[in-house]
Amino acid sequence: MATAPEVEAPADPLEAFRAQARAWLAENFPPALKGKDNSMSAVEGPTELNADEAAWKQAMGEKGWGVPTWPAEYGGGGLDRAEARVLAEEMGRIGAWNPIGGMGVMMFGPTLLEYGSEAQKREHIPPIVRGEIRWCQGYSEPNAGSDLANLQTFAEDRGDHYVVNGQKTWTSGGQWADKCFALVRTDKSKKHEGISFLLIDMDTPGVEVRPIRLISGSSPFCETFFTDVKVPKANLVGRVGEGWTIGKRLLQHERSSLSGGGSTAGRMFLGEPISSIAKRWLGTDDQGRIADLDLRTRIVRHEMDLRAFLLTLRRAQLEAKSNQGPSATSSIMKNVGARIMQERSELLIEIRGLAGLGWEGEGFGEEELKDVRTWLFGKAVSIYGGSTEIQNNVIAKRILGMLDHQ
Amino acid sequence: MAVLTEEQTMIRDMAREWADNESPVTAFRRVRDTAPAAMFDAQAWQAQAEMGWAGILVPEEHGGAGMGYLSLGLVMEQLGRNLAATPLAATAAAAGAILIGGSAAQQAEWLPRIAAGDLVATLAVDEGPRFAPDRIGAAVNGGRLTGTKAFVAEGDGAGLFVVAATDGLYLVEKGEGVTVAPRHLADARSHAEVRFENAVAQKLDGPADLVTRAADRATAIVCAEMLGMAESAFAQTNDYLKTRVQFGQPLSSFQALQHRMAKMFTELELMRSVVEGALEAIDANRPDVSQSVSLAKAVAGETLRLVSSEMVQLHGGIGMTDEHDAGFYLKRARVLETMWGNAAWHRERFARLSGY
Repeated sequence: MATAPEVEAPADPLEAFRAQARAWLAENFPPALKGKDNSMSAVEGPTELNADEAAWKQAMGEKGWGVPTWPAEYGGGGLDRAEARVLAEEMGRIGAWNPIGGMGVMMFGPTLLEYGSEAQKREHIPPIVRGEIRWCQGYSEPNAGSDLANLQTFAEDRGDHYVVNGQKTWTSGGQWADKCFALVRTDKSKKHEGISFLLIDMDTPGVEVRPIRLISGSSPFCETFFTDVKVPKANLVGRVGEGWTIGKRLLQHERSSLSGGGSTAGRMFLGEPISSIAKRWLGTDDQGRIADLDLRTRIVRHEMDLRAFLLTLRRAQLEAKSNQGPSATSSIMKNVGARIMQERSELLIEIRGLAGLGWEGEGFGEEELKDVRTWLFGKAVSIYGGSTEIQNNVIAKRILGMLDHQ
Repeated sequence: MAVLTEEQTMIRDMAREWADNESPVTAFRRVRDTAPAAMFDAQAWQAQAEMGWAGILVPEEHGGAGMGYLSLGLVMEQLGRNLAATPLAATAAAAGAILIGGSAAQQAEWLPRIAAGDLVATLAVDEGPRFAPDRIGAAVNGGRLTGTKAFVAEGDGAGLFVVAATDGLYLVEKGEGVTVAPRHLADARSHAEVRFENAVAQKLDGPADLVTRAADRATAIVCAEMLGMAESAFAQTNDYLKTRVQFGQPLSSFQALQHRMAKMFTELELMRSVVEGALEAIDANRPDVSQSVSLAKAVAGETLRLVSSEMVQLHGGIGMTDEHDAGFYLKRARVLETMWGNAAWHRERFARLSGY
């Protein structure tokens, strides 16, 4: 091969960075917050930060280490991959967590860094780095779900600005968001090429948000209505008609964050294994086996599936690092991650019987009540971010080279 | 693909090239049709020995390559792709047992001959049609072994048997007191009932769990062969769907089939991870070798069953004909799924080892 493999930075500078990171974390991470990760609040809605949380968030925001590999010129950490890995190790060592999250970090920021103008990057990246601005995603519409390119929300060109009319749906965190990155139609005569990528302030007159109540009882998503909403031309990202390309790139960031680097499954694995929960609830027979043998078999299958998934994640990471050519594994991670998460929830209900279906009130443990909501919300995992069926289309067409139907 | 060393990449590429050029499925078909007494491709086995594969696991001081199980697995995977009919898996499994349990003298006696390809060896554990290492009746008295082993892989051509008896593993050379009767299974490979009557037996000392350790290694080797078979069966099916036209379109344009293929591809990726994981666990001598091997065999068994069945179904009528190769994959798949424990057996062991 002509190119040399990526050379790890010599041990010394990296160890120097480790010492530096360790010292900074010792000075800035409040020990009281150890292990009390509230990063999901970015998805689940705003929570009141206590003094420690606020201080930690501010410190990480100013340091840029919430987004360690983003360029320093926009406030990011400016670290290389090896340094970012060291930082993560050092944070893990003391139970520190990243207080900077949300869609700005996971999806919009990386996309804007790639496609945004200099002015747009200077305006929008620093507030994301500091965790000050919440972004939401204006993609899906009532008639544009899996067939996203069918979207109809129209941005009419009025010289120096657009006037936007239409409706978005499944806007995650729309009711708490400050800004929205949206796919809008700028040309009705072309399907994909008629789409543009537009940034809309949520407090602009004509923007109306209605939360959607889900089967889980929570309302993490909204319907968002746009009625004669005036948006400056400066808020167009990329060129007119380039929205589909940019939007798809953003979805890649979404998928990789949904498959989570396996974080969801990883957390499950670190939590109490489902087999031990089953032993506690169902007891064991005289051979030490979970008393319900049929359920036990399905628990083994599930735990094997989880192990296989984690081994595949590890393999994908190693392959990416050793540069053995593009790995196909990332494309399957979302489907497998979803099936594992959903299966775990279903097994938990079977293990606990009706006590595993408690909705609220007395007579149920905190875990049981939480797991019921997780079970219901978890049904979304195989639907959002490209449903399992859409992922299978992607695998078949892009990886297996199967053809479009004529 | 696991992260490979330069040496491993070389041996894998060499094996792939050899399998594709020298040992396509037509070579297996020829063995099946001519049915030689030993039921393997003697010419191919000799070529493999010359390339050093018979001694992949054998240390250099005994004339081998001194490589590990991942390297052996890479070769087995390539052989599995084209159903190469040689006694490499069985011989390597026997060599693995001798490496763990053999004295210096035993290793010096047998390993050089194995590495040179002069001696086919095999590990004989089961006495019935299903894997049951806890039900062994063969026993040794005064250095003589008596008992009957069922469906011994490569039993027809083996010169050395590594035999599980009630108190451990023994080496028995083919000769007096050893009777071999072929058992023709659907896969047209060598399986034999081997009867030992007061046959001279040398004990392999070594750890108390020697039988388990030897069987785990044999299982992992078979998993690598299954991985290659599943990949090839899948690739051939994918190619076929692109060429077969019905309703004026290639079959690959039908979404019902696309999703079945996507699902199989997904399972194949998981299969590769667990199989490589087991081989790596063995090489690293990790304490969870048995769990890793059970994970690998259970997933490999189910995935190969799926892919080999779908290979026939998606080929339609042509897949039902003897002229087509699909049937070879289907038949060999079921044999390997059963050998060394089917998916249910390994799920059971995995659960027990995990404490539930």
